[in-house]
Amino acid sequence: MEKEYKRMLKKFFRNPSGVLGLALLFFFIFVAIFAPVIAPPQPSNKYEPYMMPIVTWSPDPQPPSKEHPFGVSERRDIFYGVVWGTRTAFRIGLIVTGVSTLIGLFIGSISAYYGGWIDEILMRITDIFLSIPFLIAAIVLTTLLGTGLDKVMIAMIVFGWMGTARLIRGNILQAKEEQYVLAAKAIGVSTPGIIVKHLLPNTIFPVLIQASMRMGSLVITAAILSFLGLGAPQGYSDWGAILNYARNWMLGAHGEALKYWYTIVFPGTAMVLFVLAWNLIGDTLRDIFDPRLRI
Amino acid sequence: MTAYIIRRLLLLPLVLFGITLIVFGLFQMLGPDKLLSAYINPNLAEKLSPEEMERFKDKYGLNDPLIVRYGKWISSVLRGDLGWSLVGKEPVASAMAKRIPFTVELALYALVPVVGVGIWLGVAAAVRHNSPVDHFIRIFAIVGWSFPDFVFGLFVLMIFYSVLGWFPPGNMSLWAEEIFKSSAFKHITGLPSIDALLNGQFGVFLDCLRHLVGPILTISWLWWAYLLRITRSSMLEVLRKDYVRTARAKGLDERTVINKHARRNAMIPVTTVAGAMIIGLLSGTVIVEAVFNRTGIGSFVATAATQLDYASVMGGVLFYSTILVLGNLIIDILYAIIDPRIRLT
Repeated sequence: MEKEYKRMLKKFFRNPSGVLGLALLFFFIFVAIFAPVIAPPQPSNKYEPYMMPIVTWSPDPQPPSKEHPFGVSERRDIFYGVVWGTRTAFRIGLIVTGVSTLIGLFIGSISAYYGGWIDEILMRITDIFLSIPFLIAAIVLTTLLGTGLDKVMIAMIVFGWMGTARLIRGNILQAKEEQYVLAAKAIGVSTPGIIVKHLLPNTIFPVLIQASMRMGSLVITAAILSFLGLGAPQGYSDWGAILNYARNWMLGAHGEALKYWYTIVFPGTAMVLFVLAWNLIGDTLRDIFDPRLRI
Repeated sequence: MTAYIIRRLLLLPLVLFGITLIVFGLFQMLGPDKLLSAYINPNLAEKLSPEEMERFKDKYGLNDPLIVRYGKWISSVLRGDLGWSLVGKEPVASAMAKRIPFTVELALYALVPVVGVGIWLGVAAAVRHNSPVDHFIRIFAIVGWSFPDFVFGLFVLMIFYSVLGWFPPGNMSLWAEEIFKSSAFKHITGLPSIDALLNGQFGVFLDCLRHLVGPILTISWLWWAYLLRITRSSMLEVLRKDYVRTARAKGLDERTVINKHARRNAMIPVTTVAGAMIIGLLSGTVIVEAVFNRTGIGSFVATAATQLDYASVMGGVLFYSTILVLGNLIIDILYAIIDPRIRLT
C-alpha cells in the first residue's frame, strides 16, 4: 500500500499541470496564513479583520496607487479584500466539501451495503434532492435561512452530498462481493467495521478526486450567491462580494467602462486561479488513478 | 424497454411530490409572521394591531398546520391553479408562461454553437494528440472550466457593451418590445424571435438576436470546455480501436477514417453529455439572466426566492424538476437507441 502511494506521488510530480496546480495552491495557502502580515488590519479594525477597511469617502472607484495596489471599490481597499478573501474561500471550500462529502459517504455506503428497501428509499431521496438545480436550491434555502456566509454554507451542504453518495454507492456495490469483504464477514467483523475498515479505504479514492474538483466549483457557487447579494454582508472580505460592487460600474459608465477594469480584474483573477489550482490537482489525480480517462 | 420507460414515468409524480414537499416545508420554517410579510405592504403592517394581524394570518391560512397548507396548495395545483405570483403581479402560471420562452430561446440558440464548436475542438485536439494544437485546446478547456461564468459575463458585458456598444443587455430594445407587446403582433410559436420572423418584423428578429449574443458567448466557454474534454477522450479511445487500424490498413484516406469510422463511434458518450447540457441550459440560466438583466424563468425564481414569494418558487421548482426527470429519461432512451449494446432494465 505504501509503495503504491509513493508511485502515485512520483507520477503526480512528473505531471506539469499537477505541479502547477499544487504550486498555485501553496501560494494561496501562504497568502491565507500570512494575511495579517501581507495586509495588516488597521488598529480600529483589529477585532474584525475580515471587514475591508473604508479608506475614502468618495463613492467612485479609484485606480491602483501606492497605498492601494489593487485600487478602491465602494470606498474599500480591493487589495485587502482579495488577501483576506483567500481565507474566506478556503473556509467555504473546506467546510462545505468536507461536511457534504461525509454525509454523502454515510448515505451512499449504508445504501450500498444493506441494499434492498433501505437502498431503494435512500436512492429515491437522492433522486428528489437531485431534481432541483443546485443553484436554485441554494438560492431558495439561503434566503429562507436569512442571508449570510454561514447560511450559504449550510445551503450548499444540504444540496451538495448527492454526487458523493451515488459515486460511493456504485463503488461499494462493485467491491462488496470481493473475497476480502466476504472473508471479513466470515470472521465476524461488525458491519460498521467492514464499511469503515475494509470497504471505504478501497473505494474512497474517486471520491477524493471528486471532492477536489468540487472545491473549485463550490467556491464559485458561494461567490455567485454573494454576487446576488445573498452571501457575505456589506464590506466583508469575499471575492464574490467585491465583484458584486463592480457590476454597477460595468452597466452604469457607458463608453468608459475600461476605466474601472481593476474592480473586476483583481478579484476575478484571484478566483479563477484558486479554482484552476483545484481543478488541475483533481485532473492530475484522475489521470493517475484512471489513465483511460486521461485528457 | 417499455416497462423501463413506464417505471421511470411513474417515478415523476413521486419526485415532484417529494421536492415540492421539501421546498414547501422549508418555507413554513419561516413562521406565520414572516410569511404574512409577503402578502401585505410593510408600511401597512406597522399600523396593524396584533388582532388585525391574526385576522390576516387566518385569512391566508397561515396558522394552519403544514399538512393542511400543503394539501390546499397541491389540490389547487391539481386543478391547474398554481396560485398568485407576488413578483409577477399575476397568476404564477401566466407569469411563467411569459418568461419561459426567453429561457428556451436562449437555450436553443446556444445549443448550435456550443455543440458544434465543442465537438469540433475535441476532435481537432484528439487527431493532433500531444501537438501544440492539442496543448492549446487543453489549456483553453481547463481555464474555461475554472472561469466562473458570472465573472466571464461581466467581462463580455464590459467589452461588447460598454466599450464596443454592440450587444446590449436585456431581452430586446424598447422599440422592439413595443411592437412585440402590441395587439397586431401574433404569438404563434411562443418564441419571440421566431414569432418576429413569422410576423414579418425582421428588425425585431435581429434585435432579439443581438441581445442573445452576449449571454450565449458567456454560456459557451464553460460548455465548450466540458464537451471538448469528453469528445477528446472518447475520440482518443476510439482511435486506438482495431477497426480504425483496419480502415487505415485497407488504404482509406485519413479524412474518411476520422469522419466516418472514428468520429461516429466517439459520439456515443457525447450524446449523453449534450443531453445533460440541454437540461443544464434550461435550468442553469440564473446567472446569465442576472448578469445580462434578462427576464427569464431563472431570474424569476431567484427574485421570487429573495422576496419570499413561495407560490412562484414552487411553480419554478415544478418546472425544473419535470424538465430534469423527463430530460434524463429521454437521454437514457436515446442512448439505448444509438448504442444497441446498452439494455435498459
